[in-house]
Amino acid sequence: MIEVKNVDKSFDGNHVLKNVSAVFETGKTNMIIGQSGSGKTVLMKSIIGLHRIDKGKIEYDGRNLPDMHMREIRILRKEVGMLFQGSALFDSLSVLENVMYPLEMFSPSTKEEMIERARFCLKHVNLEEKAFGLAPSEISGGMQKRVAIARAIALQPKYLFCDEPNSGLDPRTSLIIDQLIHEITQEFNITTIINSHDMNSVMEIGENIIFIEKGVKAWQGSKEDIFHVDNESLNDFVFASELYKKVKKVNQ
Amino acid sequence: MSLISETGRFFLLMQRVFVLPDRWRMFFRQFPKELEKLGLQSLPIVAIISVFIGFIMTMQTKLNTSNPLLPVYTTGLVTRDTLLLEFSSTILCLILAGKVGSNIASEIGTMRITEQIDALEIMGVNSANYLILPKVVAFVVMMPFLVIFSMGLGLFGGYFVGILTDILTTGDYLIGIQYAFIPYYIFYSLLKSMIFAFIISSVAAYYGYYAYGGALDVGKASTNAVVNGSILILFFNILITKIMLN
Repeated sequence: MIEVKNVDKSFDGNHVLKNVSAVFETGKTNMIIGQSGSGKTVLMKSIIGLHRIDKGKIEYDGRNLPDMHMREIRILRKEVGMLFQGSALFDSLSVLENVMYPLEMFSPSTKEEMIERARFCLKHVNLEEKAFGLAPSEISGGMQKRVAIARAIALQPKYLFCDEPNSGLDPRTSLIIDQLIHEITQEFNITTIINSHDMNSVMEIGENIIFIEKGVKAWQGSKEDIFHVDNESLNDFVFASELYKKVKKVNQ
Repeated sequence: MSLISETGRFFLLMQRVFVLPDRWRMFFRQFPKELEKLGLQSLPIVAIISVFIGFIMTMQTKLNTSNPLLPVYTTGLVTRDTLLLEFSSTILCLILAGKVGSNIASEIGTMRITEQIDALEIMGVNSANYLILPKVVAFVVMMPFLVIFSMGLGLFGGYFVGILTDILTTGDYLIGIQYAFIPYYIFYSLLKSMIFAFIISSVAAYYGYYAYGGALDVGKASTNAVVNGSILILFFNILITKIMLN
């Protein structure tokens, strides 16, 4: 479980996060949603430790990140997997080598065991074997996301972060990626945090949703609760399209 | 950002670069690749420039010193000492600042803007050490070989003047390049070039590592790496010469 308590973050006087508190539960797909510029990416990067917060606490199962020394942070990061918006695969390595990379850096396993583990992870995300030797630039965006997920779970992380996992993907591939993240979260009992503004994802896998508006946590609930909210900004954001307005009517 | 804070940030980065690698196996996997990319792939440009500069330097020296009072070995001696003292170390490094510097800055800069460096950091990898150390070490190790290669080919280029033209005999040239030879010049040149290699690779890595934004910004980082690397080479050239030859 990750707990965020009274977090403040500003850049050059621009107050981006204002007293944000939230709980991200283990074994659930926790989602941070909000409009562009609302502060959701800053919140996620602050939770991971890529941004140093001005005030507050970020507790990974009771371990407060801002209090940690660099050495402790590096140990914690071995328990973290991350799926980046643009996949962030290493161009110079093949698909298999990308997944093997964290194992080679931190695992005491033999090379054969690493290859076996990498192949297991790639098969787990339904990637065909013929793609294992290809470079990231030779595979599609959806496949790159799968490789990035495989790399993120290679070291069996306790925490998984996904930044806009569906950006640039078609709706069908997005759905597959969403389901994959959801399955992995439940199967390995991971604390997963997804940063998204894709309403399909929210409705599909949003078990614990946090809505950020202008740097403030404006709402928290599940995908079932979202139909009965009277928060105007959240309604404007989630039910912006005609389709979702109709879906809301049906659900109410 | 002011010069002082830039300098401070550069040294803080170097502090992260020059630590023992997390995994030596990964370092030694990267190291030969960098030797090949930064060193061996620079051989063609070093060869072409050295031969032509050696050739033209010998020709210009001969044509502009056609005084009967000057000894016959003058042209060869001037060519040799210019190659040894300045061309094959300083000028070559200025050229390589363009080729290698832009290569390093754009590669690391692209990794930065495509979040590959963030990915390394999230994994708990010291990204500065993993990405920059093999490049800096490989380029510093390769540089003396490039300089010796350049010296040899430059002298060979001068020899061609004797073969292809009638303004100088090969005999006079060969006497000139052997006359009053000071071996210390080679040591001076090699040491200087290794310092320049460190400047080129570390400054380029610094600009690439702190690149942000998009493709345009990677281009800017690359340009800054070349320009500032070249200025530092010129500055350190004076300093090293003052210390070693004064």
